Amino acid sequence: MHPAPSIILFTTLSGLGFGLLIWLGVDPTPPTGWVAFAFYAIAYALALSGLAASSFHLGRRDRALKAFRQWRTSWLSREAWLAALALGVSGLHALGLLFGIALLPLGWLSAALSLATVAATAMIYAQLRTVPRWYHWSTPILFIALSLSGGALLSGRVEIASGLLLLTGALQFWVWYDGDRRFARSGTTLASATGLGEQGVPRALFPPHTGSNYLLDEMVYVVARRHALKLRSIALVMMVLLPVLLLQLPMPHLFGLLALACHLAGVLTARWLFFAEAEHVVGLYYGKR
Amino acid sequence: MTALPERTERRLGLVIDLDTCVGCHACVVACKGWNDQGYGAPLSDQDPQGAAPQGTFLNRVHSYEVLPESGPAQHVHFPKSCLHCDDAPCVTVCPTGASYKRVEDGIVLVEEEACIGCGLCAWACPYGARELDLAAGVMKKCTLCVDRIYNEALPEKDRVPACVRTCPAEARHFGDLADPESDVSQLVAARGGIDLMPEQGTKPVNKYLPPRPRDGWGEDTDVLAPFLEPVAEEPQGFLGWLDRTLGKL
Repeated sequence: MHPAPSIILFTTLSGLGFGLLIWLGVDPTPPTGWVAFAFYAIAYALALSGLAASSFHLGRRDRALKAFRQWRTSWLSREAWLAALALGVSGLHALGLLFGIALLPLGWLSAALSLATVAATAMIYAQLRTVPRWYHWSTPILFIALSLSGGALLSGRVEIASGLLLLTGALQFWVWYDGDRRFARSGTTLASATGLGEQGVPRALFPPHTGSNYLLDEMVYVVARRHALKLRSIALVMMVLLPVLLLQLPMPHLFGLLALACHLAGVLTARWLFFAEAEHVVGLYYGKR
Repeated sequence: MTALPERTERRLGLVIDLDTCVGCHACVVACKGWNDQGYGAPLSDQDPQGAAPQGTFLNRVHSYEVLPESGPAQHVHFPKSCLHCDDAPCVTVCPTGASYKRVEDGIVLVEEEACIGCGLCAWACPYGARELDLAAGVMKKCTLCVDRIYNEALPEKDRVPACVRTCPAEARHFGDLADPESDVSQLVAARGGIDLMPEQGTKPVNKYLPPRPRDGWGEDTDVLAPFLEPVAEEPQGFLGWLDRTLGKL
């Protein structure tokens, strides 16, 4: 799939923002006053800039609000609702904290909604049977794990963040290993795509058009996959290993910030791979993956 | 509403004969010609006279080679457009309700005024049947020429999709696949029509008729072979001398 910057930024930034909202929501002794303001400002900035970035992927941004209409069937619509609700409830909770009032159940609700938002974001991709690499239970789990680790890192929970980062790294490693085998497991081949398997072994002879088209640009992204192994290594080091090491150092504010910067760069790389490495079955018709 | 209907009254669709399609692309041109002037946003082209032209099409013809276990390879032309699936994944993913499947005839359509151009329906379609129009920013797909098939201003023989009307090989057939007595259903039954990517669970309405086995190249059919026997097995004259001499070296 085409790794559009708009969606990479959307999933990465909003994942971090809602991750922070989850930890702020479940905190039994939440920050109050200006400290609360600072934390919530960061969470809102991340979540909102992510959501704003997602609108740049639309062909008709002027109609974006219509995306709220089909929450009964569409994960994209559910994601829009959950994001709005999570931000709304978190805002109420934050308002209380600013004045020193901690309504813990409201915080729990905001955390649950934020978690559901991240899950819904992942389900937009995990629901697509046409992309076998994504069509798997591990897709939402990985999104949630990344969001929780990033949120823990942002909220300064050193031990929890270290543990979660290592777990997420292991999960990401396995997702790459298993993901490489999912297309073959899906059973979709040029033979099933054309129904010509009965006759013999089909092979794409020549394409239906000499130029490119929307389908090839959007779903048959083959550039730079040859660097996948290097990029995976970079992603894992930046996303997990370096932040965990930095977190063990003294001066948590300085090295914490560095850990966060590394983590963000790592997640962006991993998210780029999430899209760039995903093969859509339509590529079979063009003899490409 | 993007929930799929429980069942549709009719299942209008195409039956495409891979045996008779000659790959002339007339259906591609007829489709583009009809659909860039009537229903919805016209199918735009980008850089049409430039170095890298591309455009929006609702119907495209692929070409495949099939290599059987023995015998010569077979060349198959493969037209592909929306299959108007019963379990259309493109419909349920739509956040706005712009994508829908009609209860009365099963046609899958896009209400372009409600489309935000997020592209998720094109991602959900395994067949590549949907293309985002880069000029209008909305999703385009085969309408089964919904503005032709019910159009009483047209002569009756023209009330079929443009691709079907134009096909010189009559490789494309249009009809109601819910009615077992219809011509298209009979054709599917007689020729063993198949679904594309059945494992994707989309239950496509459109069916494809597989190519018939070709005639072989057995001894009986090779009537010219006796006349094409080599005249001289061994080289004679100068060539013969050269052959013998070089052989001795």
